[in-house]
Amino acid sequence: MVQKLDYLKETPSQTAGPYVHIGLAPGAAGFEIYDKELGWDIAGPNAKGERIRVEGIVIDGIGSPIKDVMLEAWQANADGNYAHSEHSGAVEEGFRGWGRVITDFETGEWGFETVKPGPVMGRNGKMMAPHINLWIVARGINIGLNTRVYFEDEAEANAADPVINLIEWERRRATLIAKRGERDGQIVYRFDIKIQGEDETVFFDI
Amino acid sequence: MRQPGEFYQRDREWHPPAKTPDYKTSVTRSPEYSLLSLQQSASEITGPTFGHNDIDPIDNDMIHNYAQPGEAAIGERIIVHGRVLDENGRPVPNTLVEAWQANAGGRYRHKKDTYLAPIDPNFGGCGRVLTDQDGYYFFRTVKPGAYPWRNWVNNWRPAHIHLSIFGTSFSQRLITQCYFEGDPLIAKCPIVNTIPDQAARGQLVAALDMNATIPLDTMAYKFDIVLRGRRSTLFENRLEGN
Repeated sequence: MVQKLDYLKETPSQTAGPYVHIGLAPGAAGFEIYDKELGWDIAGPNAKGERIRVEGIVIDGIGSPIKDVMLEAWQANADGNYAHSEHSGAVEEGFRGWGRVITDFETGEWGFETVKPGPVMGRNGKMMAPHINLWIVARGINIGLNTRVYFEDEAEANAADPVINLIEWERRRATLIAKRGERDGQIVYRFDIKIQGEDETVFFDI
Repeated sequence: MRQPGEFYQRDREWHPPAKTPDYKTSVTRSPEYSLLSLQQSASEITGPTFGHNDIDPIDNDMIHNYAQPGEAAIGERIIVHGRVLDENGRPVPNTLVEAWQANAGGRYRHKKDTYLAPIDPNFGGCGRVLTDQDGYYFFRTVKPGAYPWRNWVNNWRPAHIHLSIFGTSFSQRLITQCYFEGDPLIAKCPIVNTIPDQAARGQLVAALDMNATIPLDTMAYKFDIVLRGRRSTLFENRLEGN
């Protein structure tokens, strides 16, 4: 006989289902209930750095856009600091670093406005290239999928990024790199997410 | 010196796998490649925080938070309460718990829900609350009804409340569903049965809690939520810096 390891088990995940919007984005479900829906403003008005838009679609295994997805973003500010008590650096007042968006019911397009994050110190003193952490839930997804958005114009930092370099298949690394463009004077990064099949996006167990 | 370190590895055999063909939608919405496992960095051990300025005190009362003045939602009045703990059994205070559900007839207030059961004009089905210092939370609501869905032609979801929990780090982020003790639909549900282990499925079933039931007023169900636990760093093993 040995002593018991009396850890609790994590509550098992379940799909967010088709009506995730009711709870987490009720305005999109078609009704107003809260004075303040959370997650619409990631960076706030005081954040320094380049103002950007990140957008894309989420594509299923047969190539169709998924139109009932919710995505959450978690990112550092332009100095590479997270708005969290365990991150020593400061963030601007109003910078939350967290956002929540849903896909358009007709087109499947999603997008959010924020500032481009700075590089964040990773493990063992290795700097991570600027990135935004994403979490994706929807009907048919049993447990939320984690991925990262990196930026095309940070090629040098991306080449040295310790997480990108963990991806043994170099061809798959490109699935994490958002394409930079411009529309109506705004910087837009395109980041399409392929859940399954050819050019499937890299997902992480974090 | 003990310092908080990384979160325990998620037990992916306890959670449902991505591809579960009896839940048909998962077939084309599940990655085929393996997940890439990361040792955690600041990107994973931090996460968003919320305060009382973010929500209203009535937000956790779904009986009233969408009702006309003087009205209330129709249905079985229940309290769903419990604690948010980590795998070490420690409470997770000040964390945001969000809930959404169908009304007593199984109809969601969502423009995409066309089930013929009617909308309740006094019920939104949307609530949220911050845990207190002991990790305790509660919602007041009506017990949701079962509803049919297009999977097999005669599938019915057991009564359930969807729950979203943040914890203190992005790696603890979790969405799940709370079921109710004694519901015979639980065992038949392909979504419940995406979870391979029977004990794990049981962890999603709220217990009827007569001690918390308010006599002549409201029944109560207890539903504790467990988020990933966290390692104490006993030796030098810094996640960041030099």
